Amino acid sequence: MRKILLESLLKGPLAEPSPGAEDPELLAFAAQVASAARAKLGRSLSIREIDAGSCNGCELEINALGNAFYDLERFGLRFVASPRHADILLVTGPVTKNMGEALLRTYQATPAPKWVVAAGACALDGGLFAGSYACLGGVAAAIPVDLYIPGCPPTPTALLEGLLALMG
Amino acid sequence: MPALAEMIARGRLIEAHRPCPRIAVEEDLWRAFASMLAEGRATLLGLWGEAGAVHMGLLDEAESAACIVTRPCPEGHFPSVGRAHPPAIRLERTIRDLFGLEPRGLPDPRPWLDHGRWGLRHPLAIHPAPVSAPEPYPFLTSEGEGLHQIPVGPVHAGVIEPGHFRFTANGEAIVRLEERLGYAHKGVDSLTTGAPIERAARLAGRMSGDSTVAYALAFARAVEAALAIEIPPRAIWLRALMAELERLANHFGDIGAICNDVAFALMHAHCGVLRERVLRAAAASFGHRLMMDCIVPGGVGVDLAEGAAAPVRELLDVARGAFPALIELYDNTASLQDRTVGAGVLSMALARQYGCGGFIGRASGRNFDARRNLPYPPYDALAFEVPALSDGDVNARVWIRIREVEQSLSLVEQILDAMPEGPISVPLPANKSGEGMALVEGFRGDVLASVRLDAAGRVACSRLRDPSWFQWPLLEAAIEGNIVADFPLCNKSFNCSYSGHDL
Repeated sequence: MRKILLESLLKGPLAEPSPGAEDPELLAFAAQVASAARAKLGRSLSIREIDAGSCNGCELEINALGNAFYDLERFGLRFVASPRHADILLVTGPVTKNMGEALLRTYQATPAPKWVVAAGACALDGGLFAGSYACLGGVAAAIPVDLYIPGCPPTPTALLEGLLALMG
Repeated sequence: MPALAEMIARGRLIEAHRPCPRIAVEEDLWRAFASMLAEGRATLLGLWGEAGAVHMGLLDEAESAACIVTRPCPEGHFPSVGRAHPPAIRLERTIRDLFGLEPRGLPDPRPWLDHGRWGLRHPLAIHPAPVSAPEPYPFLTSEGEGLHQIPVGPVHAGVIEPGHFRFTANGEAIVRLEERLGYAHKGVDSLTTGAPIERAARLAGRMSGDSTVAYALAFARAVEAALAIEIPPRAIWLRALMAELERLANHFGDIGAICNDVAFALMHAHCGVLRERVLRAAAASFGHRLMMDCIVPGGVGVDLAEGAAAPVRELLDVARGAFPALIELYDNTASLQDRTVGAGVLSMALARQYGCGGFIGRASGRNFDARRNLPYPPYDALAFEVPALSDGDVNARVWIRIREVEQSLSLVEQILDAMPEGPISVPLPANKSGEGMALVEGFRGDVLASVRLDAAGRVACSRLRDPSWFQWPLLEAAIEGNIVADFPLCNKSFNCSYSGHDL
């Protein structure tokens, strides 16, 4: 164990530079929330992730945000275990009807101010699962959405760009 | 005791089904097949419905022979298989929920995927019924002094999929765990029915995102069997390359995550780096980190361009350099072993009864791997071993993954060395009907795909069966007597798919 730790110290971090947001939609959103978010929350945001029926592809990439390359926590972003500790709800999936109530109750349990980020093609409009008897068809059908991060699934870089836009 | 082949001869053969036989049977023969399962003379591969019929997949492991048995249900019912063979119970509850067909004699009257929120009952039946409001779901009871219940989910503390776990505990010790799943039910079967093959293939690739390659491969192979077409050799080898990269990425991720669940963050960090390197190699070679939609019926959608194998070769070097030290770290850290050895033991008898696949089955003595037992190309031309252990605990499931990483690294190298040149796909014949079945070894276990195409070349009926169907119920058994705090560890060592199971 000591050898691995020593080698890691000597080799230096794998973390890559912060991706700059170029998407005009993201920049506009950043301008809109930056002052409010900064004033109320400072430079850190707590994220509660909710899988509202995704295929788990989005979760794989969200989990990748924690690896040494993306190192989410250096930006002041962290995942929390309870919606009561969260500033942001990061929601994936087409919102299955079986998850509709759980999503709504999680939203209601999150204290204001709060923002909802919908991640992935399904979260926008149901994606490939749109029109199914079992899906509401996107996060906005259940709770108000502030930001949408596209991709199937969104890459960790795309997720990071979107979340950093929230930080202003 | 008639063998599977003799039993098959008693049914009415459906000609259009490839590669294994499909037979239509009367009620007594259906019961005889159910008895074979109950007596352990065959393994249940799957049990699924369509409007007006039920289908059962069986495997004779000794003979490496499979078949599909169909029981038409014009009266809306069929004899329950689950009554004698418990692995079928959840599958039959699902058939009742989706198709309204009653498994007569099924011991569990409760719904499974249907939570009463779809606005209709039996959505895939010929005549769906309306529904008014969700009904309460009665969990199984446990009685005794000092017992308390802990409800967990469907929204969990970590970044994982939705599901509900109802623990009954005595102090710290778990007396009973009951799972309630279905939260990720997206209605895939209704979306694939009548869909063009291309759309159904994309849906197959989103049954369970971590197994997108395995699902796309299983679906494509089933379609190709139905249409009786051969795909170019290069496509076969590219598919295997993707499948092994997917296995590597998931195993690296799992090994790290299991260690993380006992708060050993160092393994998690280093395995996370290896997983990320696999995904980056996949993105560099195939244009998508998870290789979604890269396998299509008829071949593959994206070729390995000139020089694009270099990132994969580089990955092999890096992984082979870094992994041995991590194995040593796992093996020599007493505090880690203290948690994984002896935790969440799954008995060999249960693994065998449930036909449990993947690292869970192989850690509990069920030495089955579709790549070897029902070999499909190019695995018949590759050298690899299937590791198996009999301890059945979390530690054994970690070691199976470690050994499979080593095998997959070797397979990737063999595949790159032997990669043939040539075209990467063939066009699918238009307006051709047929029926096909495929069994593909994903990282989690064997994925079954069954597809019937109509005369217009559309998907008339398709069912994709996740390996988790025969693994989730066993988690309930393996966790008994463990402490509540070890549940995340045991659950991660199983790593069943919620989405793949929930359809």
